Amino acid sequence: MEILARTVAATRSYGPVTAVDAVSLDVPAGQLLGLLGPNGAGKTTLLQLLTGLRRPTSGTVELFGGDPRDAASRRRLGCTPQETGLPPTLRVHEVVDFVAGHFDSPVPTAELLEQFGLTGLERRQTGGLSGGQKRRLVVAVAFVGRPDLVLLDEPTTGLDVEARHALWDAVRRYHQGGGTVVLTSHYLEEVEALAERVVVIDQGRVRADGTLADVRSLVPARRVQLRAPDLPELAGVERSLRDGDRHELWTADSDALVRQLVTTKVPFRDLEVATASLEEAFLALTSPSNQSMARTTGETAR
Amino acid sequence: MSTPTNIRLTGLHTHYQFTETIRIPIAVIGTTLFPSLSLLFFIVPQPFAQNPGDATRGTAQLAVFAVMSVCLFTYGVGVAEDRALPWDGYTRTLPVGPAPRLMGRLLNGLAFVVLGLVPLVLIARLLTAATLPPSRLALTVAALIGAGVPLFALGIGIGYSLSTKAALAVAQSLLLPLAFGGGLFLPPETFPGWLNAISTWLPTRAGRDLVVTATTGVALPGTTLLVLGGWTLLTGSLAVWAYKRDEGRRFR
Repeated sequence: MEILARTVAATRSYGPVTAVDAVSLDVPAGQLLGLLGPNGAGKTTLLQLLTGLRRPTSGTVELFGGDPRDAASRRRLGCTPQETGLPPTLRVHEVVDFVAGHFDSPVPTAELLEQFGLTGLERRQTGGLSGGQKRRLVVAVAFVGRPDLVLLDEPTTGLDVEARHALWDAVRRYHQGGGTVVLTSHYLEEVEALAERVVVIDQGRVRADGTLADVRSLVPARRVQLRAPDLPELAGVERSLRDGDRHELWTADSDALVRQLVTTKVPFRDLEVATASLEEAFLALTSPSNQSMARTTGETAR
Repeated sequence: MSTPTNIRLTGLHTHYQFTETIRIPIAVIGTTLFPSLSLLFFIVPQPFAQNPGDATRGTAQLAVFAVMSVCLFTYGVGVAEDRALPWDGYTRTLPVGPAPRLMGRLLNGLAFVVLGLVPLVLIARLLTAATLPPSRLALTVAALIGAGVPLFALGIGIGYSLSTKAALAVAQSLLLPLAFGGGLFLPPETFPGWLNAISTWLPTRAGRDLVVTATTGVALPGTTLLVLGGWTLLTGSLAVWAYKRDEGRRFR
C-alpha cells in the first residue's frame, strides 16, 4: 500500500509551547481518515506540517515520498483555504481558475462549480457570497486539481444539514473513486458518517488511532442515565458521573446493570440507556478532568 | 496540458495579484497619482518649470519618488497585508515554488510603477520644459531600475518581517525623510552642508543622482554607485533574511 503522507516523530514547538509532540502517522492511499481533537490540540499545526507551511522542529514529514516544502511534492495534493481568507475582490470563477492554473489537468471550472452547487455564482465577487457559499467554494477548490490526497479542514462548519449531506456525498464519491482524504471536524457525527479510521490528538499527541469501532470501544459501550438520591455499589460500572441526583454510568452490559438497579430497590426514575458514541470516547480521551475521573471511579467501582 | 512551467505560473500569479489590487481603486490612486499631483502643484506653477534642465531634474526626482512609494507601500505594506491573510498561506500549499510568487509580486509592483510614471511623464512633457531625448530613454529606465533595487529590497524586507500595522508605520515614517533627505522634493543643491553630508549616504539620494545623470547628463558624483551598491547589499540581505524566516502569520 502506497503511503501518501507520513510523519515520523514530528515535533513542532512555538517557543515554550509544543503544538505537535512526536507524532508518527501514516496516511495510506485510499483511506478516509478523520482527525479529531479539541481546539488547540495541534490539528492545524499537524496539517501545516503535512502541507509544508511549517517545518518540524524535529522529526520528519513526507508527502508523496518527498519534502512537502518542495512544490513538486504538492502536485497531487488538494487543500481547503479558510473561507475568511478568500480574496474578497476576486470573482468565484477567478478563484477556481487561479487554483486550477497550478495543475496538469484540472477539472473544468463549470463542471466543478456544478458539482458543488455553485453554478450561477461564477461572476460574483467572493466578498459578496454567503457563509455557506464561501464554504462550498473553498471545499470545491481542494478538488480542482484532481488530487490523490485531499486535506479538508472543518469542511462543513456553518453549513445547513442539506448542504452538509451534499458535501458528504461529494467526499464519498471522491473516496469511492480511489481518493484519499484527511478530514478534521468539530462534528463527531461527520467523522462517524465518513471516516474509516479515526485519529484523536490532544495536547499535540496521538491519544487514539484505529477504526471507528476501535476508538468507540475505548469507552464502555453503554451509557445508563437515571435520577436517584444515592446509588449503592454496583458491579460492572466502569465510569460514573454525578450531578445532584442525576447519575451517568458507563458499562459494558447495560442489561445486567438495570437488573441490579431493580433488585437493589434503588428508587430511580427517568432511566435512559444509550449506545456510547464517538463523542463520548472523544471526551474521555481528551478532557483531563474526565480522564482523572475515569481513573478514580474505575478504582472505586472495583 | 503539461505540468505548468514557472513562466506560466509567474503569469498566473501576476495576473491575479494585479486583478486583486486594481479592484480597490483608492489603494491604487494613492501610490500612482501622488507623484503626478506633486509635479502639477509644486513644479508646474514655478518659473523654473520652463527651464529644461530644472524641469527635467524635478521630474526625475519625482519619478524616483514614485518608484519608492510603490516599493514601500505595494511591496512593504502589501506583502505584510497578504501575509496576514489566510489566502497567502493557502497559496503556499499549491504546487508552486517561491520564485513565481515573488516574480508575480515584482511584476505587479512594476505595473504600478508604470501606472505612476505615465501621468508624471505626460504632465512633464505637456506642461513643463522637461525633455528626454530618445537616446536617453533606455539609460533612464536602467537608472530607475538601479535606483529601485535597494528600495524594492527594503520594501520586501519590511513586508516579510513586520505585521501590517508595523509595516504601515515604518513605511510612512521612512517615506518622507528618505524623500526630503534624498533630494526628491527639493534639489540637494539647496541643502545646508550638514544635510548634504547625510543626504550623500541615503539610498534615495544615490538613486536620485543616478536618474538625474541619466536624464540630463550632469556628472555622476563619485559616491553614488558605492552608496547604491552598499544599500543594495544591506537591504538585499534584510529581504532574504526576512523572507526565509517568514512562515506566514506567526502565532504566539
